[in-house]
Amino acid sequence: MTGHCKLWSNAMTHYDISTIADLVDGRLEWPQLKAMMSNFKDPDRFDKYIAVLQERVPWDDQILLPLGPHLFIVRKADGSIVTKSRSGYEFGDYRQNWKLKARIRVRDTEASLQELYPAMMHCTPGWMELREYIDPLDGTLLEVEAVPPGYPIVHSFQPDLETFYREWLGREL
Amino acid sequence: MTIMTDTTASAGIGWNGRTLRSMLEESERLFAETGRYYGIERLTLKEEDPIRYEKLFSRLRGGMVNARETALNISASPIVREIGELCFALYTPEGDSITLSTGIMVHVHTMSDAIKWMIRNNYEENPGIEDGDIFCNNDAFIGDVHNADVQDILPIFWEGELIGWAAGVTHVIDVGAPLPSGMPMGPIHRYEDGFMLSAQKVGSKNRLHRDYVLRCQTAVRLPFYWMLDQQTRIAGCQMIKEAVHRVIREEGIETYKRFIREVIEDGRRSFVQRVRELTIPGTYSVPSFMDVTFGGEAGRLSPEAAKDTLMHAPLTVEIGSKGEFKVSFEGASKWGYHSFNAPPSAMQGGLWVLLTQTLVPNDKVNDGAYFAIQNNLPYGSWANPDNKFCSVSIAWVYLIPGYSGIFRALSMAYVGRGYLEEVIAGYPGTWNMTQGGGPNHYGQPGAWTNFEMSSCGTSARYVMDGEDTCAAMWNPEGDMGDVEAWEILEPLLYLSRRIRPNSFGPGKFRGGSGFESIRMVYNTPTQVLYNLGEGNVFLGTGLFGGYPAFAGYRQSVKHTDMARRIAHQLPYPISDEDPENSQMVAHVEGVLERDKRTIHLPDPHAEYDLYLSVLRGGNGLGDVLERDPAAVVRDLNEGYLLPRFAASTYGVVAFQNAAGEWELDAEATEERRAAMRRERIEQSIPVDEWMAQQRTRVVQKNFIEPVRQMYQESMSLSPTWAAHFRSFWGLDDDWSL
Repeated sequence: MTGHCKLWSNAMTHYDISTIADLVDGRLEWPQLKAMMSNFKDPDRFDKYIAVLQERVPWDDQILLPLGPHLFIVRKADGSIVTKSRSGYEFGDYRQNWKLKARIRVRDTEASLQELYPAMMHCTPGWMELREYIDPLDGTLLEVEAVPPGYPIVHSFQPDLETFYREWLGREL
Repeated sequence: MTIMTDTTASAGIGWNGRTLRSMLEESERLFAETGRYYGIERLTLKEEDPIRYEKLFSRLRGGMVNARETALNISASPIVREIGELCFALYTPEGDSITLSTGIMVHVHTMSDAIKWMIRNNYEENPGIEDGDIFCNNDAFIGDVHNADVQDILPIFWEGELIGWAAGVTHVIDVGAPLPSGMPMGPIHRYEDGFMLSAQKVGSKNRLHRDYVLRCQTAVRLPFYWMLDQQTRIAGCQMIKEAVHRVIREEGIETYKRFIREVIEDGRRSFVQRVRELTIPGTYSVPSFMDVTFGGEAGRLSPEAAKDTLMHAPLTVEIGSKGEFKVSFEGASKWGYHSFNAPPSAMQGGLWVLLTQTLVPNDKVNDGAYFAIQNNLPYGSWANPDNKFCSVSIAWVYLIPGYSGIFRALSMAYVGRGYLEEVIAGYPGTWNMTQGGGPNHYGQPGAWTNFEMSSCGTSARYVMDGEDTCAAMWNPEGDMGDVEAWEILEPLLYLSRRIRPNSFGPGKFRGGSGFESIRMVYNTPTQVLYNLGEGNVFLGTGLFGGYPAFAGYRQSVKHTDMARRIAHQLPYPISDEDPENSQMVAHVEGVLERDKRTIHLPDPHAEYDLYLSVLRGGNGLGDVLERDPAAVVRDLNEGYLLPRFAASTYGVVAFQNAAGEWELDAEATEERRAAMRRERIEQSIPVDEWMAQQRTRVVQKNFIEPVRQMYQESMSLSPTWAAHFRSFWGLDDDWSL
């Protein structure tokens, strides 16, 4: 950890941006992580976090909401809001399920499952399959679904972005 | 705060001569009208004297923890003593929890339901509620998860007025069902679940009724353990009563009354504030599934029960603009003829124990959080059966997978806000659950439930691997217990207990590891054993590209030559490790039974038969190809990972040096990972193409029977979910399965 933790200032917890950068990069040791869990939450985390992430993506679109290590809701230069991966692939309007624009590989045979699990230790084909959602540009595995055959693709998270910005953060989207 | 005077009732035991029922009705009316507990607008006690308020809370909460820590030493059951399967809580006269101890917080609201059930059924008039009374409940349709969790509930009086309730719960070893153990598999009706106490008065004047004590001597196997567990609960409740009386003597009854109202409203507001502080408004969908493999029990179970079943838990969490928190199982499959149905009170238990470990992990949690949450438990589903005579003896089998999406849904929110330290990729199923019974090693009828399952691996975090062998979703203070303690109760020796390779879900960060135990039936001619856990499906999945932890299997070796091996000091199996290369095949002769029937009826074993229990690990998080290659090599050297999976799963090329240690080939690893990324793109197809292929399968209804039946049940029970399914696949409005 290179950052300086400043706690309990004016009854609020704050961390400097380098601490948040270390958190994002996985450089905090467990005692520091544990202290962050036990302390009151720092209300300015979101802005520092976004600033750190913005520095680490290879494109200039404004990050509005991170959806995971490689996925972000961003505002493009033309004002449209889309889901975009770190590689730069765009999955379309943020209100649509990004998985529908990804590539998919399904593990539904014993041979494909046994690349990950010993025999007897994986799901039984027919009962369940593993669906791998893959970034079309760089092959990053973005999400795995474990569902029975025929199950509709899961729209894991539909954020109410406008409410979050206007009512919770108190600013325009 | 205004405490209204009841003008319609008199001579009640509640405040100011009111009946408890009128107090409960008023509480519910005020909440319905205002959205605030008891209609409270201002937390005047907290605002005017916050230090006193905090001290009051700390003293009461300390009383709960003290009761738990002291009382557990009365029990002789390793489930209570070793694992800490007990919890105590304090309630308002209406049955709303004020504060609770550590332990299995599952039961904070289940006991609330039981108290309210007694009030609604006018226990005040008959059988009467008096100072010194003891009520006992283990009926999940009243307020519990299943009947292995036995509750004692004691009224607390002050100067002739009922001012609250003390309650405690322990998980017992045996429930007196036709089949042995605390959570037998095989009951399909309530009548087979065992000894059932439906909020029954079992004591008065601080003594258990003699008729109840005598009944217990034959109602369960091992009545010695049953009675000591009961003494544990009663002792804890008496300590709570004393703690409350002490506070009232020092602070005054009016302050106490005001405090208990305010602290619940405070808990409700804190929950809402926490939701707004940590999450993102929106809708989170995280379905999960569980298989029941009773298809192999034809002839032992009735036809409606002897079938394979797939449970559907389409969990959604909806967070509203004002911090509303709605949990829905819309589309859940039907209740069934098995032992895993979960009435609403059981569902509350599952939700409580989870939220207290993630969203509200503090000592201030109470029923205020309950009042801040809305639940949709579809009537007729496994999560709210419309048949009160169905079995619930192991409701956890559906509860555990059913709620696995809660951690993952909230983790998606935490990632959005940047609170990465809170992110975790779900939790594992807390199994294999090993249970059994039969003549024990003392020559007595025995029954047992092994709780080493409360030390499974946790799932991966956003920035680090999960922890090994340490946790259960239903007991935040999980412990596996000493093998010697289990061997006192169970006529099975431990041949080994060790880390199980590949028991975690792979990912950039892997789940925590599970472990395996090999047991040998010993000093008894026969013993029935149960296995329990998912087998044909994974429990949940990982996050952000991480994979789920393994799915289980069942394995025994019967008619063994272990007696000869012991007599001649020959090698015997001390690990299973890898089903494709098992010591349970190489180092013992006998009949190997290995299959995916991970839920089954009692399976007879004889002395010297071997039984394998594999305890689950946690799910992974992130892309496996981003895992630090050095971490993969470390897992190889420490026995966490079977060597063939370094390359096939992680793309890590390693070799063994002269000393037998694994070393990384960094260059070859880089090349292999680049190739695996290319393969992913080459072997995958655009999702819309895949959907077109899959639609044909759906139209043809090309599913195995448990999957077909699951879809049929969900669509029949929920027009909403049916419309979702048809819409996704572009099916006609009248399409059905």
